[in-house]
Amino acid sequence: MAPFDLAASLGPVAYALVFGAIGFGFGAALEMGGFGDTRKLAGQFYFRDMTVLKVMFTGIAVAAVLVALATSFGLLDMTRVFVNPTYLWPGIVGGLIMGVGFVIGGFCPGTSLVAASTLKVDGMLFLLGALVGVWLFGETVSSFQGFWLSSYMGRFTLADWLGLPLGVTVLLVVVMAVALFWAGDLAQQHFGQKRPWAEVVKGPGRGWQLLAGSLVGASLFLVVRGQPDPEARFARMGPEVRRSVEERTIYVDPAEVVALRKDIGVQVAILDLRDERDFNLFHVGGSRRATLAELESQERLKHLLDQPPTTVTFLLGTGEAAALPAWRRLTAQGVPNLYVIEGGVNRWLERYPVDACVAERVGRVDGRDEPAWRFLYATGSTQPAAWPELSASRDFRSPCAAPAAASHDDAHQARSWPAHAYTRRVKLKSKAAVKGGCG
Amino acid sequence: MSTNREPRPYANPYVAGTLLGVVLFLSLYVTGGGLGASAAMSRVQTGVLDLLAPGHVDRVAYFAEMAGGSRNPWAHYAVYMLVGTVLGGFVSGLVNRRVKLETRKGPRISVQARWGFALLGGLIMGYGARMARGCTSGQALSGGAVLSVGSWAFAMAVFASAYAVAWFFRRLWT
Repeated sequence: MAPFDLAASLGPVAYALVFGAIGFGFGAALEMGGFGDTRKLAGQFYFRDMTVLKVMFTGIAVAAVLVALATSFGLLDMTRVFVNPTYLWPGIVGGLIMGVGFVIGGFCPGTSLVAASTLKVDGMLFLLGALVGVWLFGETVSSFQGFWLSSYMGRFTLADWLGLPLGVTVLLVVVMAVALFWAGDLAQQHFGQKRPWAEVVKGPGRGWQLLAGSLVGASLFLVVRGQPDPEARFARMGPEVRRSVEERTIYVDPAEVVALRKDIGVQVAILDLRDERDFNLFHVGGSRRATLAELESQERLKHLLDQPPTTVTFLLGTGEAAALPAWRRLTAQGVPNLYVIEGGVNRWLERYPVDACVAERVGRVDGRDEPAWRFLYATGSTQPAAWPELSASRDFRSPCAAPAAASHDDAHQARSWPAHAYTRRVKLKSKAAVKGGCG
Repeated sequence: MSTNREPRPYANPYVAGTLLGVVLFLSLYVTGGGLGASAAMSRVQTGVLDLLAPGHVDRVAYFAEMAGGSRNPWAHYAVYMLVGTVLGGFVSGLVNRRVKLETRKGPRISVQARWGFALLGGLIMGYGARMARGCTSGQALSGGAVLSVGSWAFAMAVFASAYAVAWFFRRLWT
């Protein structure tokens, strides 16, 4: 499913050609729209020419509708499409600076390329100035690094912000865009051509009617059709994802989890899907309890998506039965480096047993979600088995030791676990390699 | 390159905009990323700096990320896209008879003044584009199409600021 991992599937020449071809279309579209002429661009800010507004927001609206259609039909995996991360205030301040540069220089970076390519001297000089500008930024950014990295909100879309379905958000964007075009035409006649209001032609032209009609129609279709749910999206993910379930490469031995917890280059997050009672009886140290519904809430999902790329997230159930559907749904929603702890808590306790006076074995460890141990009281994460990576726990006092210990140290037993053999399954994958023009 | 034939008129903005939207969609669909220009400019600039002062590039974190040590700032998709953009603009200009060595300007300023302001505006624009992590194409257009909140805030800031200062620079354009 699109988008494609071009760096992996294409040779360096074909890779360059794909991006060159996209750039070619970009440059041609800008030139055709008149973006090589600085007077057309600057005219926007004196109500003389609405080309900038119309071309840009038509482009945004058309692309937004096409993207939403592609995801709606399951043709595009949006989780792997780059969404410019929101750094709110640096973006706004940068935008305010650029507005000034736009009016003084009469171009933006992309349009100056097109102007220069058609031999406009002002475009070439603007381009030269822009190269100096990006150099100056590189030289000075370290002095305001704090601001430049501030107000980070990660991957944050209008649909998330408004809490609306994608189709409705796209419809709002489309309606706003075509309303702006209409208002722009009126403003151009009144302010630009100095016509009195009475003589301003109010009705929109045929081009507008055609554009507005098709975009609004497509957005309404999107609203009605909706977007596929995570299960449907999972079903459309590539065969390698399904194979990773069949070949059990998503299941990680507890011993590997323990090894990763010792690795300072990796952050391990364990999400415990069991109910509160089982969690209180025993849970892995540092793990957090969460139901699937909680994990799929907007806030939690955003957190899962926005973890550093060195984070590995494990789902943990009593066995494996409940963890698999959760893995499927979260994977379809783009959570990276997500795995299931093999055999669940049952397997964990088999690998790292608790003392006999704490829990007794009552069942088999076979992947089913039936607890294999019956705890006599709630231990939380106080047992050494909850922290196997700490080979000797000085704080632990075994409840099975005789209460009247001869010396203080004797009751504090140093634990060491046998070294379990396991097949390494965790492969850290970084996120989208292509970040559009802002990389 | 110039011809003595009249240049053809520009396309209807809705047609050009639709074409732009389709290209942007194809970029997102095929590569997973949108269009842009400023990232490539930053790489071209860093690449030139790396030829002149490689030690300096290695010491400034912002440049080192692109060209530190043995990293090659040129072998990057944004640079390929930039080359394509220039070619696309050139070919469209050629077909429509708009390739001509000339300076476009407002009626009231001299060519030299226009050159000076183009240079200055470019400098401000380049600085602002890196501050905002993208220019009008990478942030406003591409980020706008994938509905990023930051990109929409950015686009509104650009328009608001340009309209706010336009009156002060009216001599340049009207």
